[in-house]
Amino acid sequence: MKATVTVMLKTGVLDPQGKAIGQALHGLGFAGVGEVRAGKVIELELAETDPAKAKASAEDMARKLLANTVIEGFKVEIA
Amino acid sequence: MKAAIVVFPGINRERDMAIALETCSGQKPRMVWHKETDLSGLDLVVIPGGFSYGDYLRCGAMAAQSPVMGAIRAHAARGGHILGVCNGFQILTEAGLLPGALLRNAGLRFLSMDCHLRVERADTAFTGHYQTGAVFRSPMAHGDGNYFADDGTLDRLEGENRVAFRYVTPAGETTAAANRNGSARNIAGIYSENLRVLGLMPHPEDLVDPLMGGTDGKPLFDGLVAALAA
Repeated sequence: MKATVTVMLKTGVLDPQGKAIGQALHGLGFAGVGEVRAGKVIELELAETDPAKAKASAEDMARKLLANTVIEGFKVEIA
Repeated sequence: MKAAIVVFPGINRERDMAIALETCSGQKPRMVWHKETDLSGLDLVVIPGGFSYGDYLRCGAMAAQSPVMGAIRAHAARGGHILGVCNGFQILTEAGLLPGALLRNAGLRFLSMDCHLRVERADTAFTGHYQTGAVFRSPMAHGDGNYFADDGTLDRLEGENRVAFRYVTPAGETTAAANRNGSARNIAGIYSENLRVLGLMPHPEDLVDPLMGGTDGKPLFDGLVAALAA
């Protein structure tokens, strides 16, 4: 199975990269862009065939390594 | 003082640290490769600056999972002293040995310049040769030095007097301008609960000899030698 882990800074944690991207978009003339947040996506190939177990396993990986839960939240999608 | 410097792939400030330790203690520190697993018999373990594992995933995230970390945890559990500078501070937070995290600098720029640090308490093994409230100059060089912790953690750190150093003006004031990386409450360095683990972003080891342009960082190492030499 494939797990996609999306890691984003928590709300309230300063995201200067997102801010810079937002300013650049405004500079390009894209009006109406509000807050921009930047994160990362990690794709995992998993041997597990049970979707629930695959999700639980990927969440465990996110908590232990892929995300720093002091500053980041994460979301796991299984496909 | 028996000291060791832990070397991860991508670390590049271990030699500066070795010079500082040898200058102040007269003894060469042991250089420990990240695959070693025994740090027994040491007074001080230093995690130096650099870019361990290329800063992949997050600064310090990979190093925090390396084989030597078990031995570093055991050293901490024995009540051993640990100094983490720059990437070493990031690694200590990623490993959970110090609270909080280091975010990208608020201005997004890599900051390579001198800063001024105020000593918040002079009764630890690291600061015994400074006075409380003393201000000293230190080089810094980092892209991710913006200290972050939730308000509860920050209040606890301050309540327990665990802020080691703050970014200040040369006159000792905690202004926003002196806090170039945007750290919460101007925090440049913090202690563990037992005050034996210190993490800080700036590099006092790079100011220990007049040839380097000053000796502002030397009291930190002289203090360690005085406190830890058997």
